[in-house]
Amino acid sequence: MSSEQDKAFPGAADLPAPIQKETDFTRELLAENERLREELAQLADRQQGAVRKPHDWEELRQELRQRIDTLEAECTTVRERLDQVERENQQFAERYVEMEEENNNLANLYVASYQLHSTLDLDEVLNIIREIVTNLVGADTFAIYLLDEETRELRAVVAEGLEVSEFPSTRLGSGVLGEAAASTETTCFEVQGEGGDLERPIVCVPLRLGDRPLGAIAAYSLLGQKGGAFSALDRELFDMLGGRAATAIFAAKLYSQSERKLNTIQSFIDLLTK
Amino acid sequence: MGHRVLIVEDSPTMRKLLVFALRRLEGAEIVECQDGMDGLRQLSGEPFDIALVDVDMPVMEGLELIRLIRNEDTLEQIPIVVITTEGASEDRKRALELGADEYLCKPIQANRVLEVVEGLLKVQ
Repeated sequence: MSSEQDKAFPGAADLPAPIQKETDFTRELLAENERLREELAQLADRQQGAVRKPHDWEELRQELRQRIDTLEAECTTVRERLDQVERENQQFAERYVEMEEENNNLANLYVASYQLHSTLDLDEVLNIIREIVTNLVGADTFAIYLLDEETRELRAVVAEGLEVSEFPSTRLGSGVLGEAAASTETTCFEVQGEGGDLERPIVCVPLRLGDRPLGAIAAYSLLGQKGGAFSALDRELFDMLGGRAATAIFAAKLYSQSERKLNTIQSFIDLLTK
Repeated sequence: MGHRVLIVEDSPTMRKLLVFALRRLEGAEIVECQDGMDGLRQLSGEPFDIALVDVDMPVMEGLELIRLIRNEDTLEQIPIVVITTEGASEDRKRALELGADEYLCKPIQANRVLEVVEGLLKVQ
């Protein structure tokens, strides 16, 4: 025990055994601390001495220069990697947004398709088409036209925004609506003036079953949030509607006709058997 | 146990879309009603964690349903999402004044429905 340590712990010898043990341990720690301090001082001296020699100084400078170069190269690589990761991150974010949009589109298409084939009642089918155009596409004013196969005239049977009677009938293949309805593809028109011209819709979706025209959906205005334009989803929905709605309408008409025939036959059989 | 969600909407297409949108809400039990009166009956039974209410409905419209919910002690804490058309900004404003927590505009997006519902359920 050094005299200095004795000074730090006067009367330590008189302490009880457990405390004595702790005191010894503390002394050892202090001694170790002292030894380390000395070593550090020696190291600092050696380093100082080395730097003072011109050759060592040059060597140290070279080493540092090399280290700086290496670090700069690493820094450049890391920056490049960071840029690449940021670009990838951006691409993933864009892809995520696209996927979400795609998911929305699929949800709408699934619901529309499911609903269209959920009934064989013509009125219900037409009402479902109305709901799809209102709720999924966001059209404000529109009409669903059905073709009278005898007169070849398109007549509005369901409408939104205005009364059905306000929508003019037109011959298939004649006029803006008639021509668009006779076409095989959805036609989108530029909005002219304030719109509202019932002879000129902003979109016309022909309802066709193969080569057979059954009618058309004509939209004249959109809800405010649509910004007056149709999105890619709207076009997909329209294309899907053109096919699926036509099938649903045709199936409902066919079912209604067969039901009528069945009732007639049943009435005839009843008449014969009673 | 999953959340109980009440959908009060007269359009079957919209109901189908809302149910489809909420399919990712794990374990959720979704109950559908087609008018406000039916919705109120459901609410007076087993408790719900959230209600999605259309404004324009037959029998009892959405705004009246929201008013009744907020005036009922046992239901006043239930989060309400009101569904309106874009043009009906007055309805939307009125619904929020009556105590609706959020709103969705038609045509609605499936991911937005889930986002709004999940957000409100987390707060709750």
